[in-house]
Amino acid sequence: MNAENVAIEVKDVSKQYRLGEIGSGTISKDLNRWWAKLRGKPDPYLRMGEVNDRTKKGGEFVWALKDLNFNINQGEIVGIIGKNGAGKSTLLKLLSKVTGPTTGTIKAKGRIAALLEVGTGFHPEMTGRENIYMNGTIMGMTRKEINEKLDEIVEFSGIAKYIDTPVKRYSSGMTVRLGFAIAAHLEPEILIVDEVLAVGDAEFQKKAIGKMKDVSGKGGRTVLFVSHNLGSIESLCAKCILMKNGQIQNIGPTKDIIEEYLNIDENSFLSANEIKRTVNLDDCKFSLEDISFWQNGTKQVGNSFFNGYPLEIKMQIEVTNDLPTFQFVVNIYTESMVLLSTSFRNEKKIMGEELEMGRYCLSITMPSDLFVGGNRYYVQPTFSITGKHLIHDIILPLEFAENGLYGRMIIGQTYNGELTLPIDWSTEKLNN
Amino acid sequence: MVLNLKEVWGYKDLLMMFVKRDFVTYYKQTILGPIWFFIQPIFTTLVYVFVFGNIAGLSTDGVPKVLFYLSGVTIWNYFADSFNKVSTTFKDNQQIFGKVYFPRIITPLSIVSSNLIKFTIQLLLFFGFLSYYLISGEDSISLNSVALLLPLLVGLMAGLGLGLGMMITSLTTKYRDLVFLLQFGIQLLMYATPVIYPLSTMPEKYKIFIQLNPMTGIIETFRYGFLGSGSFSSMLLLYSTLSTLILLLLGTYIFNKTEQNFIDTV
Repeated sequence: MNAENVAIEVKDVSKQYRLGEIGSGTISKDLNRWWAKLRGKPDPYLRMGEVNDRTKKGGEFVWALKDLNFNINQGEIVGIIGKNGAGKSTLLKLLSKVTGPTTGTIKAKGRIAALLEVGTGFHPEMTGRENIYMNGTIMGMTRKEINEKLDEIVEFSGIAKYIDTPVKRYSSGMTVRLGFAIAAHLEPEILIVDEVLAVGDAEFQKKAIGKMKDVSGKGGRTVLFVSHNLGSIESLCAKCILMKNGQIQNIGPTKDIIEEYLNIDENSFLSANEIKRTVNLDDCKFSLEDISFWQNGTKQVGNSFFNGYPLEIKMQIEVTNDLPTFQFVVNIYTESMVLLSTSFRNEKKIMGEELEMGRYCLSITMPSDLFVGGNRYYVQPTFSITGKHLIHDIILPLEFAENGLYGRMIIGQTYNGELTLPIDWSTEKLNN
Repeated sequence: MVLNLKEVWGYKDLLMMFVKRDFVTYYKQTILGPIWFFIQPIFTTLVYVFVFGNIAGLSTDGVPKVLFYLSGVTIWNYFADSFNKVSTTFKDNQQIFGKVYFPRIITPLSIVSSNLIKFTIQLLLFFGFLSYYLISGEDSISLNSVALLLPLLVGLMAGLGLGLGMMITSLTTKYRDLVFLLQFGIQLLMYATPVIYPLSTMPEKYKIFIQLNPMTGIIETFRYGFLGSGSFSSMLLLYSTLSTLILLLLGTYIFNKTEQNFIDTV
């Protein structure tokens, strides 16, 4: 690895956030800080050596990131994974220069475009065309570059018919498509993508991911990709960064890193305290209270099940305010993280639908005789609203007993494959 | 200096887009549309003529009341609108700033630019009235060469609004009290500027305080150049220029310091 190839260099980067109320009684502290700085002393309010562990209470400051060191080479696609609160979003914000590090330096070669959101700066009163220029220039494109790509962008978005209609008349899906179409046609040297933005229907997502691959493959551009979807990380990235509590747990080939990530997660499997979590939105709290497994009318303990009965997963949630675009998606993976299936709470409203405030029990039931005995699967429930995943970092391992009293009897014959599909057989003897 | 001018230049198209957006969206779904640009100064002037000119009987240095107040209102509005809007830059753009990086100074620059267009239109209104009075043979007005300083005056107003606004918006990310102070502060500041009265009527004792206000030199020069009222003092104009430069540099410095981490404190 030579220094010329390095696209991003992160050196001793830490980021501190202040907890609690900011802005009360800060003048005296500011003066103290200033006085310390004047004498060349370190900031008296920076406490060293603490790491970001959200479960621990107390303390006025928290290190959202602590002592990060890594290099990313030109042309690499690097995935970043980690649980909620591991520091992924903070890292993205630092890399995209939205906020600066508390200590350390980040050096980047070339223009960086960060897609932490699609359609930033869209104005509802302006037309789709005007918004392409608005959003494009915010992302750092020049007018000339947009002129050249305008037709391509409009075509990619698939909303050519409405391009001269004000964006306020668009559906949320159309807005996202337009936003992504612009984003996909940026040509920065370094592209930072938060997968949260890749909401939209599956076909469009595929198009978007394909475009991203193009960007790095043909153009030799560097892509950083944060995703909860281990399947797409695996298919896109050769290298991966695993984050935990604001620190880098490991960097390496994607396969190894995903395995390690799943192992971290497994330890907390089914421990109620780990599953319970609350996400604070602007005017609303979303809490996941409990996840339980049911088979044959009884609550199951542990993660081993029988494939002879339907498996029901119940999730208790609470929302303190109405959510306009709530979506609940379940991904099912094989042991080697191949995405087997995605299921939506409402297939017809893929962009989500309204959920009134209150407590709910969301339940999914998977049919019997679907999973193969002896195999291991992962189930990932994802709760989101437009543009934001509320909870996506829970990965539940499911194990199915190889055989047994309640299972599919396997005698002398092993089932191959990942699933047993309900295929009907018939044999008819023809008498002529 | 932490400002990277080359980088800012690279984003000039964004600045244009912001200006366009402000314009396109400002009067959308209004009945009168751009006519609002004229209604505001005309009505303000009428009220001033009535209240300050007729009821209070304040002197206008012998020039027609309408021209005296209209000139004051036009100039003051440009400064006050720019100052006001720039001073909420961080608050108003929190959403965008939290998601995407671009040189933040583009936003205040775009505010000053879109206000400049509005100012130009209102200035044409003033010129209209001025021509009317000149043609109808009003001899209390004497247009003179000092009027050629107009571009400098506009630059100074923009610079002042920008500099002060950037300072305030940076400080309000931490100290919210300033928001309240600003709301009535700008209103009060107008009375500490010779907008509704000429500097010449100020008692010598207080004059110095009014002259400390950099806007005083700007308004006085403008009125002297276009109306021939009051007096032209190059010292006063020099003072305005120097203080504008200092405030602008200071404002830019504080603004750039703040933009790096402001998103963590709002």
